[in-house]
Amino acid sequence: MKNNNVIHIEGLTKMFGDFAAVNAITFEVEKGEIFGFLGANGAGKTTAMKMLIGISKPTSGDAKVAGFDVFTNAEDIKKNIGYMSQKFALYDDLTVKENITFFGGIYGLSRQRIKEKSAVLIEELRLEDVANKLVGSLPLGWKQKLSFSVSLLHDPKIVFLDEPTGGVDPITRRQFWEMIYKAANQGTTVFVTTHYMDEAEYCDRVSIMVNGKIEALDTPKKLKEQFKVDNMNDVFLKLARG
Amino acid sequence: MSISVSHISKSYKKVKALQDISFEVKPNEIFGLIGPDGAGKTTLFRVLTTLLFPDEGVAKVMDYDVVNDYKKIRNCVGYMPGKFSLYQDLTVEENLTFFATIFGTTIEENYDLIKDIYVQIAPFKDRRAGKLSGGMKQKLALCCALIHKPQVLFLDEPTTGVDPVSRKEFWEMLKRLQQKDITILVSTPYMDEAALCDRIALIQDGKILEIDTPEAIVKHYPKQIYNVRANNMYKLINSLKDYEYNHSVYPFGEFVHYTDSRTNFNPKDLIRYLETKNLSNIHIDKTVATIEDTFMELAK
Repeated sequence: MKNNNVIHIEGLTKMFGDFAAVNAITFEVEKGEIFGFLGANGAGKTTAMKMLIGISKPTSGDAKVAGFDVFTNAEDIKKNIGYMSQKFALYDDLTVKENITFFGGIYGLSRQRIKEKSAVLIEELRLEDVANKLVGSLPLGWKQKLSFSVSLLHDPKIVFLDEPTGGVDPITRRQFWEMIYKAANQGTTVFVTTHYMDEAEYCDRVSIMVNGKIEALDTPKKLKEQFKVDNMNDVFLKLARG
Repeated sequence: MSISVSHISKSYKKVKALQDISFEVKPNEIFGLIGPDGAGKTTLFRVLTTLLFPDEGVAKVMDYDVVNDYKKIRNCVGYMPGKFSLYQDLTVEENLTFFATIFGTTIEENYDLIKDIYVQIAPFKDRRAGKLSGGMKQKLALCCALIHKPQVLFLDEPTTGVDPVSRKEFWEMLKRLQQKDITILVSTPYMDEAALCDRIALIQDGKILEIDTPEAIVKHYPKQIYNVRANNMYKLINSLKDYEYNHSVYPFGEFVHYTDSRTNFNPKDLIRYLETKNLSNIHIDKTVATIEDTFMELAK
């Protein structure tokens, strides 16, 4: 494992009976990189990600995430990563502050640290006026930005984002990507799974999974050149349709 | 007109979901409502499909009033809600038979209309709807919305959560339905799907920002947009935002879309400025506006 790699995967495989949901995938992700993990519904993205975040044991292969082995140190991985999903993010019936305190506590931050983090985060996101309002009452875009910040509370080495900006208005979504660039610039690795190809265009490198295998992996620019098309959507269609 | 909406407003307690909305959809048109979550798209669908009374205004579908003639409208429209609303514990075939029966028809009678779509899910006709994949649920929902041969089809975010391959197939299906004389009102949060509609309305916070063909909407964009890239995206965005002459700065994939507030903008000045910010590999090229650029300019 090179010093600069925070994810190192080799021949990672997950079998369900005779079916290889993830079939010997190999790749590396660097510190501070924004890495896009794409694939059609059912291509194996979710299964692969579950192995990377330490909640599903691979059938075979090697995988080190944030310096820890997924076979033997899954619990350490969980402490060193952040995770944000579009579907489940925060508790709607807790306030903004309560959510921050709750997740801070889960990640083992001290009360003092939570207090400090909470103040900075609320100021940065300009949530002062709604800090004591229920998260459920906030617009989707605010929730998404808050949820991303909460996933970074414990300064994880890697943050996993599952379709982070689906349905959000175009301006808010750009504010969201600016937050991602900021985190990456500070050295946090950002691992994004999505099937929206315009999100893929923001990534430093992108991998595309088809039927359990990684069929392409490069920068969006090079992939577009390789497949002689103008956008990632067409790259995806060419690969997935064969 | 297949759909005519005139000064419709609807509020939920404090939230103004729709504010003075007016537009018309011509027979046989694919008309897109393009806007993010919370824009009011679903409320508008519910008003037009007679499931919700508007507070103000008049809306007609196939010349029937949504309040007074609601029974007639329900017979001549098909509605595919955003949330999967079929019976999860009925099979594919049972769901379809159920909807056909409700409308006093049979699968056989209108099979022609759904054939192209139904053949793709027919191998799973004995599977419970709840056990289908996202793409298949969507196809089944479309079949159920079509089984009584509606004149107007309402599709509320049919492609949300669906992968690019299934999305492309779905739009191809809509184009074929259009050729069978069905008018389609479709909503989507994805701006790239706007180009596939005949006309679109951009909608945000319950208000329509603009209505026109997708081509005309991008042509109305008031400024020259430049694609800017450099060695560090985060520094580039911050530097451009600090630049005193910027009009707008938005990340767009591997580029930043930049517009300048001056009429005599020279990209060389911007390159020099960015160099003073320690950026390198700076490239600035002219580019054309997309629907998203227009949306953001109007929503500003």
